[in-house]
Amino acid sequence: MSATTLNRRSLWRQPSILPGFAPSLTITLVWLGVLVIGPLGVMLWFTAGLGWDGFFAVILRPRVLGDLFVSLWTAFAASFVNVFFGLLVAWVLTRYRFPGRRLADALVDLPFALPTAVAGIALSSLYAPHGWIGAMLARLGITIAFTPAGIVVAMIFISLPFIVRTLQPVIQDLEAEQEEAASLMGATPLQIFLRISLPAILPSLLTGFTLALARCLGEYGSIIFIAGNKPMVSEILPLLIVAQLDQFDYQGATAIGTLMLGVSFVLLLAINLLQAWVRKRHGG
Amino acid sequence: MAGRRALIIAALLFMALFLVMPLIVVFAEALSAGVGSYLSALADPNVASAIWLTLLIAAIAVPANLVFGVCASWCIAKFDFIGRNLLITLIDLPFSISPVIAGLLEVLLFGLNGLFGGWLSDHNIQIVFALPGMILATTFVTLPFVAREVIPLAQEQGNDEEEAAVTLGANGFQIFFRISLPKLRWGLLYGVLLCNARAMGEFGAVSVVSGKIFGQTDTLSLAVESLYESYEIQAAFAVASLLALLALVTLVLKAALEWRHRDELFATRRKTST
Repeated sequence: MSATTLNRRSLWRQPSILPGFAPSLTITLVWLGVLVIGPLGVMLWFTAGLGWDGFFAVILRPRVLGDLFVSLWTAFAASFVNVFFGLLVAWVLTRYRFPGRRLADALVDLPFALPTAVAGIALSSLYAPHGWIGAMLARLGITIAFTPAGIVVAMIFISLPFIVRTLQPVIQDLEAEQEEAASLMGATPLQIFLRISLPAILPSLLTGFTLALARCLGEYGSIIFIAGNKPMVSEILPLLIVAQLDQFDYQGATAIGTLMLGVSFVLLLAINLLQAWVRKRHGG
Repeated sequence: MAGRRALIIAALLFMALFLVMPLIVVFAEALSAGVGSYLSALADPNVASAIWLTLLIAAIAVPANLVFGVCASWCIAKFDFIGRNLLITLIDLPFSISPVIAGLLEVLLFGLNGLFGGWLSDHNIQIVFALPGMILATTFVTLPFVAREVIPLAQEQGNDEEEAAVTLGANGFQIFFRISLPKLRWGLLYGVLLCNARAMGEFGAVSVVSGKIFGQTDTLSLAVESLYESYEIQAAFAVASLLALLALVTLVLKAALEWRHRDELFATRRKTST
């Protein structure tokens, strides 16, 4: 008995009497290694094989830079729109009781559940010049489908649940006392929201924004049908990867894939730092 | 309160515009030429083969990720070791990677010029642009779904019962099947539900590695694209309506699970709200 306890004691894990640590960790690591880490390593290795010159020769192509810019600005625009509307939807669903609330709450997850190709053709049909919404907008002289605005619309659809679902538990847990006290002292609802509720929600709002942004940047299926897919204007970076693969330009596809990973990583890192700063400042 | 009512109306209008309308337009377009042509579009044997392929891919990817999720939750929730948080981050990685990159990775590994491409073509094995590649790509994008539902739940539930069972002489399998699994079952079901919805609907990752032959290597999502690109709009929406029904069934089951088993699904929220 004492021998086994001694064996179990190790530097990198707390002792436990429960069995199955080694097999479960092994399966987890092997599965993760074979499916995710290994393949990503291979992609980085192939990229390294291109050398700096080869890598930059690909990512400095005007079409790559132009598409990167399209991907970035549309993803930021859609995530910003959802910061407002996602907050509105989360607030209304959590704070107010009204008929149909549960149905509306369940519906928030539709973009998670609806396959992206279906969302893509549905949005494309709605916003096409003769579609239900497109026809109305056409009369106002606005075109959505087959322009960069179409990309933003698809991204708004796909990323809404990330912000709503991140905010709901936080809004639920907001303490009513402070708001009531402020109200008794004569603060208007808007003042209460901006001075008390919003600062408490802000870190989670940033988390939701980050999740939404990551999803928007990588999204493919719901966008390609509604975007014009015109290089450097309404073509997103994932579509360019597919285009390179279709032309058997594997080096180009690899370099762009690595660029996308790098851009997402830098953005997520930057937002995490911003979030740490916000948390520190508001003491939350 | 007028302000409250205005906020509710604004939120519902936004949801109607961005969530309800796309759903309705799928069925409206699918039935635009009448029920007869809707049914005949679905009766196409290529659609039947797409349904079969979709089910087959999900039938492999989902159980595989279920086993992975259970293993990951066991080692992460039951034990405390260095690198545990890193492991959780790595499990979530496929969520922040574009599905197109998931497909690209399979091409780089198993394509003709890929890492194993030479060996595979020598042995006449085709992975990319065929079923195995589609299964691998789907498994990649759905990898975190079960794990991320079950890990926080298992962590929250703690190990008291399991440790008691060990001291009473139960072996590992008894502990797992009689104690841990029943505690996690609703969380597992919830994860499987979400995993399955994604596996059956995945488009970007499989589109990169599929041979794109309608009737042979097309899943339902890919069939939607094939039909749409060949201007068979109504048929495309007919197939899309099947996937939309799948999404609705998923949402109903998810809502039912959340409603009936809220306490067993969201241990964290129960704690904070009481």
